[in-house]
Amino acid sequence: MQLDNMIGVELRGAAKSYRNAGTVVHAVRGIDVSIPRGETVALLGPNGAGKSTTIDMVLGLSSPDSGTVSLLGGGPREAVGHGMVGAMLQAGALIRDVKVRELVAMMAALQPHPLEVDEALALAGLADIADRRTHKLSGGQAQRVRFAIALVPDPAILILDEPTVGMDVEARRAFWLSVRDFAAHGKTIIFATHYLEEADAYADRAVLMAHGRVVADGPTSEIRAQVGTRTIRATLPDADLTALASLPGVTAADRRGESIVLVCTDSDAAIRALVDAYPDARDMEIASAGLEDAFIELTGDRDETTAATERREALV
Amino acid sequence: MSSLAYTRFELVRTFRNARLMVFALGFPLVLFFIIAAPNRNEHNFNGSGISIPLYYMVGLVAFGGMSGLISSGTRIATERTDGWTRQLRITPLKTTAYFCAKVGTGYALAGSTMILLYASGLSLGVSLGAARWLEMTGLILVALVPFAALGILLGHLLTADSIGPAVGGLVSLLALVSGTWFPLGSHGFLHDIAQFLPSYWLVRASHVSLGGQAWTAGGWIVVAAWTVVLVTLARFAYLRDTARV
Repeated sequence: MQLDNMIGVELRGAAKSYRNAGTVVHAVRGIDVSIPRGETVALLGPNGAGKSTTIDMVLGLSSPDSGTVSLLGGGPREAVGHGMVGAMLQAGALIRDVKVRELVAMMAALQPHPLEVDEALALAGLADIADRRTHKLSGGQAQRVRFAIALVPDPAILILDEPTVGMDVEARRAFWLSVRDFAAHGKTIIFATHYLEEADAYADRAVLMAHGRVVADGPTSEIRAQVGTRTIRATLPDADLTALASLPGVTAADRRGESIVLVCTDSDAAIRALVDAYPDARDMEIASAGLEDAFIELTGDRDETTAATERREALV
Repeated sequence: MSSLAYTRFELVRTFRNARLMVFALGFPLVLFFIIAAPNRNEHNFNGSGISIPLYYMVGLVAFGGMSGLISSGTRIATERTDGWTRQLRITPLKTTAYFCAKVGTGYALAGSTMILLYASGLSLGVSLGAARWLEMTGLILVALVPFAALGILLGHLLTADSIGPAVGGLVSLLALVSGTWFPLGSHGFLHDIAQFLPSYWLVRASHVSLGGQAWTAGGWIVVAAWTVVLVTLARFAYLRDTARV
């Protein structure tokens, strides 16, 4: 079978459950996702949404109980065997007692059409620490080694599972620039992340999962649009929230100290009504709702999302 | 080509691990000199007519060889815990090449121990005819095959935390009941049980140097049977381990 297809990655009715402590966990409950070649897709969702299980199935590390998974028209193992797949798996420790260059060179030697080792090291920003032992690296450096390992097959499909965990802001920016360079060569990229702004900034499309299902799938802008397009923020100390929520074009109102926040389906109508009804409102801002709001709305998993947000803020 | 690159990588990694080298290669040597050096002129061990340096040289070769092959299990368990096994599984590396590298590294460790112990034995005046030496070494290498499978089995069965004590205890026990440290005698309960252990035939292989008989048919059967059983179990453990979630 030749591995040539306009579809990069396709899951059809893919489902996977496993036993954990005597109970059956339905990790993925039958999902359909089709990703054309060359697209960059963010896989979003709270912990336990099924992201990692989905990635395992795409990589052929586990096979679906029902449904199919295909990469470039073939099976995952076949695509891996042809060096079409590179992956950056979640954390764990790097293998010990080797130098960075030796590790990347060995991984290159396993591949049918690898990048030059120096090129992979340079792309991942490892040129300076190529002779360092792997167990003496910082968390961010170890992540970059994983990135080099993912790139070195020169894969058509790149899978990144929470790739920027442990990186500082500067490292994250540099990392995404490298990914973008790599994507420019027509690569298909799937990345799982908790950081919604990464999906917003770097993905063409987002697939949101919750409880083993896909709850939204589309361009990031479209997903935002699915849950109220804009928010209005204004300083307005004494207004009644119920009255505010019933203004035309407003779906919800909330108070943050002196300010109010209105979630709007029609921000134009809402701002006019707000100014008419409350002439003393000031510092008015209209903003597009972030993907974060869409995420909370669509997954209905406020606690998990809040935890993810807190974690992100702690890191930033 | 790719499997060679992986095997080379494993060898470099293993032989560069200083702590592993000190314990895997150093421990049998230290033990040998502690026991044999004060008794270097004792050529009638327990009235058996056997030289003590020779007895413990070959006994420790059996012990060190067994440890060397089983130690691949420790490395596998650690690699599983670290997620390295998953990373390797998304490369075109074949499963057989992966196991060949593990077994090859185990034999390299065992071989290094043997060479060092032979050299140490010579330094304490051990002398042995070339034919005996070759026959013994050949049989020992064969007798180590089931232990290669045992290492892989334990590596895919146990966690990085539990494998250390498990391997240490198992190797000590097998060495003890198989006559590594003192002659078993030719009858009795221990002798009867030990006959069915691959480690007994490993030690027996090393005793070719003492003028002992080479393997009987029973020896070949026990070693072959353990090899088949342990390879089957190792295969099962690997498949179960990699079919996760």
